Amino acid sequence: MPTLRDIKRRITSIKSTQQITKAMKMVAASKLRRAQERIFEARPYANKMFAVLSSLAMRAKGEEHSLLAKRGGLKTEVLVITSDRGLCGALNANILKKASEFIKEKKKDNYEVSINVIGRKGRDFFRRRNIPLRKTRVGLSGKVIYSNAQEIAMEIVKNYTAEDPTHPKDPVGDSTHRADREELSDEVHLVYNEFKSAMQQRVVIEKLLPIEPQKVEKEEEVYYGEFLYEPSAPEVLDTLLPKHIEVQIFRALLESEASEQGARMTAMDNATRNAKDMIEKLTLQYNKARQASITKELMEVVGGAEALK
Amino acid sequence: MANKLLLEIVTPYRLVMSEEVDEVVAPGHEGEFGVLPGHTPFLTILKLGKMSYRKGNEKWFLVLNWGYAEVGPDKVVILAEGCERAEEIDIERALAAKKRAEERLAQAERKAEEIDIERARASLMRALLRIEVAQKKKLT
Repeated sequence: MPTLRDIKRRITSIKSTQQITKAMKMVAASKLRRAQERIFEARPYANKMFAVLSSLAMRAKGEEHSLLAKRGGLKTEVLVITSDRGLCGALNANILKKASEFIKEKKKDNYEVSINVIGRKGRDFFRRRNIPLRKTRVGLSGKVIYSNAQEIAMEIVKNYTAEDPTHPKDPVGDSTHRADREELSDEVHLVYNEFKSAMQQRVVIEKLLPIEPQKVEKEEEVYYGEFLYEPSAPEVLDTLLPKHIEVQIFRALLESEASEQGARMTAMDNATRNAKDMIEKLTLQYNKARQASITKELMEVVGGAEALK
Repeated sequence: MANKLLLEIVTPYRLVMSEEVDEVVAPGHEGEFGVLPGHTPFLTILKLGKMSYRKGNEKWFLVLNWGYAEVGPDKVVILAEGCERAEEIDIERALAAKKRAEERLAQAERKAEEIDIERARASLMRALLRIEVAQKKKLT
């Protein structure tokens, strides 16, 4: 039976924890609002970009581009986007679980998998399991800017195409040339948390490379026949495709940022509520104990008075 | 045949506009081009430059910083890396940026560092463009 003082101490401690979780919830809520606005503003660009790209790729069927071609190799790269900080519920656990499953599956299909991680949580997860990482990047969450996405995209595209400016394309055949370079990938997958609402985040696995243009749904959106390009179709593709990767990564970063804040808000809300429940329970216990001690003292007084008679 | 163009400008940070207009002029890769309703479909890379659109008798100006334009008979979609409307431009800031860029350009030229010269020149161009466009504002 804990003494009155023990209970009192626990109540105070839980109260201060509650205050912290409450503050964190508030901060997450305001950050979430900002992140949400940004993602809603960035979505039209990403969607339009994809639409332009898809219709272009559909028209330019004959044109092969290194970012569009399926190579059929057995090297895959997985880019996992996690958050830098914890205390956001099962967000990171979910994404890492899915990512691990995905990697295991790929390995079963004889793929060679290299992992590229963004976010401290993901990095630590794979490090603890002694899984080698091709590349890591931390310290991005909270300040997602376009140039970050640009850097990441450039690195990935470079690793994918392996067109080292100092190494002109191997005239004998690309495959032999590729085999020399260990770090190459034949496809790149992107794993991130998609922001649905403050309560809901969904882990999505998307194929980033090679780019698979979607069929344009509305036929009238595609203009067949005469179509002009300035300067020329291959040149437009050359700049548009890497750009598309940048935009995809930028969007994924924003999505996971918003998801993180949303998840943290929900988690902290739950924590605050749990603390409240606990305080109530403990207060009840405290009052009971107090009552019991008063009764005990009364009995003692009565008992003492009785004995004096 | 449609007699209006739907002009949509989007950047990674926001949707700049989505409106029905009568005419669009934009800085294409091979020079400035104008689009009226019923234009042959085409796709082009856009350069840094000023673009404008006409709505009735009113003409509006914007600064465009690289991008793509997809032109169809009844719509123009512009994917820009950056885009500002003339009335949004902060002249003071643009003037300050111009001064800074000029200083840096002079400095870089003294040291003859290629990259710095390029960069300074690019930001000088952006600043000059902003100032020019901001002064144009709306023409009727």
